[in-house]
Amino acid sequence: MKPKILRKLLLGLLVVPVLLFVYLPVAWLVISSISTRAELLSVPIHWIPHQPTLQNYMNIFFPAQGTSEVARTFRITLWNSLLVASSVTAITLVFGSLASYALIRLRMPFRQPILLGILGTRMIPEISLVIPLYLFASRYRLLNTPGILIITYLSFALPFAIWLMAAFFDTIPIELEDAARIDGCDRLETLFRIIMPISTPGLISTGLFVFLTAWDEFFFALIFTSTVAAKTVPVAIAEFTGRYVVDVGSMMTGGVLAAIPPVILSLIFQRYIVSGLTAGAVKG
Amino acid sequence: MRRKLTLTQQDALIGFLLILPSLIIIVGISLQPIISTVYLSLFELSRGVTSEQTFVGLGNYAALLTDPVFWVTISRTLYFTIVSVGLELLLGLAIAQLIHTHPPGWQFLRTSLIIPWAVPTIVNGTMWRWIYNADYGALNGLLLQLGLIDKYIPWLTQPNTAMNLVILADIWHSVPFIALILQAALATLPTDLDEAASVDGANALQRFVFIRLPLLRPAILVALVIRTVEAFRVFDIIYVITNGGPAFGTVTISFLTYLESFSFGHVGRGSALAFLISIFTLIMAFIYIRILYRPVER
Repeated sequence: MKPKILRKLLLGLLVVPVLLFVYLPVAWLVISSISTRAELLSVPIHWIPHQPTLQNYMNIFFPAQGTSEVARTFRITLWNSLLVASSVTAITLVFGSLASYALIRLRMPFRQPILLGILGTRMIPEISLVIPLYLFASRYRLLNTPGILIITYLSFALPFAIWLMAAFFDTIPIELEDAARIDGCDRLETLFRIIMPISTPGLISTGLFVFLTAWDEFFFALIFTSTVAAKTVPVAIAEFTGRYVVDVGSMMTGGVLAAIPPVILSLIFQRYIVSGLTAGAVKG
Repeated sequence: MRRKLTLTQQDALIGFLLILPSLIIIVGISLQPIISTVYLSLFELSRGVTSEQTFVGLGNYAALLTDPVFWVTISRTLYFTIVSVGLELLLGLAIAQLIHTHPPGWQFLRTSLIIPWAVPTIVNGTMWRWIYNADYGALNGLLLQLGLIDKYIPWLTQPNTAMNLVILADIWHSVPFIALILQAALATLPTDLDEAASVDGANALQRFVFIRLPLLRPAILVALVIRTVEAFRVFDIIYVITNGGPAFGTVTISFLTYLESFSFGHVGRGSALAFLISIFTLIMAFIYIRILYRPVER
């Protein structure tokens, strides 16, 4: 038994560097957000702030006169991100799951080519769509509206959701549907009374991935929004960086606030994430 | 309806109605725009989209393919892709295998891996940019205290170093993704082969290389293709950490497309670049589908 215990211990020692690699950058992000400006700019570095402060958080949630423009409007960008990501998730789940069910389970012409086409569009990079979409947005005065982000995010979210839901629908035994049909349910009743309820894990997993991807999205938001009317969190954070005088404290605080929703959601729904990843889900 | 539809016809009708909304959306915001992009790429539009259009056929493509800047950018993008995906695969595989042996704290480790993956890309970039900061950064602070450097180094002022540091930030974000996929795949492998080999005297390394690795091939391929496509079109993290600098030294193909289209106003040329990126991606998509897609016959 002795060598086995020794081996366990050695392996345990290998876990330590991996954990350090994961947590040190995050710890520094959080520490920077609660440090004063003077401590952030001190050499040698104050690893543990001597005077931790929540001032940066106060500036964002209860802005006073003197706080910078980006910090003052950060709250609004959080709201914009939430609005856009939730809307995209809701629309995608409704349309995506219906389409996915039809493509997986119903006998219909052109099913295979349509499914392949959808998988193909999922891979089209945003940058290849952005110029025509920009022209569309400016023609219909949609620039700087949450609407244009919701519409354009569907370009990656919808094919992605159809693909993920297809993987889940595929695992539902067809006998279940046949039984429902024999009991007198028609196609749509079967879908809404039988299939959708047992697909809840798939819907949660798909919704989670779509929400995280939309929350993460940067490129379309950068191109289509420049005012606080629709600017999302990633754009706001990038703007902290772009300033000539960089307000590191606010920037790191913005980073912590932007990371909290996806990190908490992912930790709560951990098991859905691993199953989703295995089914081929990606988030930037 | 004059006569009752057969079941098959009913199915087809319902199916058509169910996919119609998605189809309209996909055609409207993916298919139509990509066709427009190809169309725009055939024109000379050098002062923004509103400028006068001159049809140049494949002129933009010809100009790109003979432009050294294009090839430098491509090779830089390939460097980023190959180095980051390669290292991510190696580290991801090692971490997955580590978790698989269930060392003390493995469940905590597995949960922890979700955090870097969940942190938004822009936050990840901003965080590393601050860590790399020349005057007050944590990297300089740490290395100085450990005695590895004797004065602060301006990390992001040299193109190759800057690129490698962007790769490090990308690794932090993406290794967990690969590790989680591979760990899940390892957990589903049958154990009897492993035990049989063990009885036959194969050591741990041999069992890993000759038994588990081949069985992991599909999962590895999936992770590789997904990450390759992502890495080849990298934009966000470069935008935040180096903004393409120093001296355009970290400009990748997506970044070049962005600059051409939105900073220099070369819309035709930008569209041609954008289409070339799509072609590459579609080739990868084809491989991806070939690996993952099982035709459903019912």
